[in-house]
Amino acid sequence: MSLLDLFKKKGSSDVAKDRLKLLLVSDRANCSPEIMEMIKNDIINVISKYMEIDAEGLDIQITSTESENKNGSVPALFANIPIKDMRNSD
Amino acid sequence: MSEVIVVTSGKGGVGKTTTTANIGTGLAKLGKKVVMIDTDTGLRNLDVVLGLENRIVYNLVDVVEGNCRLKQAMITDKRCPELYLLPTAQTRDKSAITPEQMIKVIDEIKNDPDNFDYIILDCPAGIEQGFQNAIAGADRALVVTTPEVSAIRDADRIVGLLDAHGLKDHEDLIVNRIRMDMVNRGEMMSISDVNDILQLNVIGAVPDDENIVVATNKGQPLVGDDTMAGQAYMNICRRITGEEVEFLDLNGKGGFFKKLSSLFKSDKR
Repeated sequence: MSLLDLFKKKGSSDVAKDRLKLLLVSDRANCSPEIMEMIKNDIINVISKYMEIDAEGLDIQITSTESENKNGSVPALFANIPIKDMRNSD
Repeated sequence: MSEVIVVTSGKGGVGKTTTTANIGTGLAKLGKKVVMIDTDTGLRNLDVVLGLENRIVYNLVDVVEGNCRLKQAMITDKRCPELYLLPTAQTRDKSAITPEQMIKVIDEIKNDPDNFDYIILDCPAGIEQGFQNAIAGADRALVVTTPEVSAIRDADRIVGLLDAHGLKDHEDLIVNRIRMDMVNRGEMMSISDVNDILQLNVIGAVPDDENIVVATNKGQPLVGDDTMAGQAYMNICRRITGEEVEFLDLNGKGGFFKKLSSLFKSDKR
């Protein structure tokens, strides 16, 4: 094993840190289901203006994603909105 | 007017009671008048850690139910005459007290002509009624955690609840049971790692010191003696009173009062 390998080795404290950062993102988001419900309803209202969506099948959650600036993960709002009909309103 | 400080953690077994005992005793050693209240009804232990278990006659539930006066339930510490313990009942459960009753007891101590400087509340584990009782009358919170995933996760949850209770910006973190040999090997999160994750002011770090076990065996808090943990706890007490105190070198080499630079060295990647 070269000296370089020694420095590359990831200690379990780094693993713990990475796991915790992800865990806390979802924990913190789950702290207020009321807010998530409000966001969900607002999204339904906005999208419904332009197309018919399946409000029952709509799923939103806070996850984390790799930052574009490559400085670790950042929280992201993930929304899965099934469209029933691409209605042409006018 | 007394400052009311709740010692809490969410997770059990991280050292809330030991921290309460040492901080209460330490503040008294600094010349402050202190009342410690055990709010862990049904699972009280602060009395044993302080070595006062044989002196209990009345308790917090007796005060709330009007079976005795407040001062009758307050036990004076063996070593510090200005340190008092208000124990809770061992044979009742958390529902024996409500947050409103807790606030009433705290207000009575605050308005006492003896002018207590600090009221320290030992909070039970969990986020149920016992926790709600403990934080009800608090002005400030000390969140105890250890450098472990489970304890940090619970601490984060507790901070969220304390924020919602109006204690935002009145919370400080104590990182307990640090093992510097493991931190140096990269097998334990450092104080700066914990600080980075929880984004909370670290008011002190306490090493994993076998003297804590010895002190608990004897029922004598070690705050202020020449052990690493004793020094670390005394520094926390001085910071609570508003004093600026340098961090201990928990490596134990090069003198106690050397700046803790290696611990706060952040790994830039």
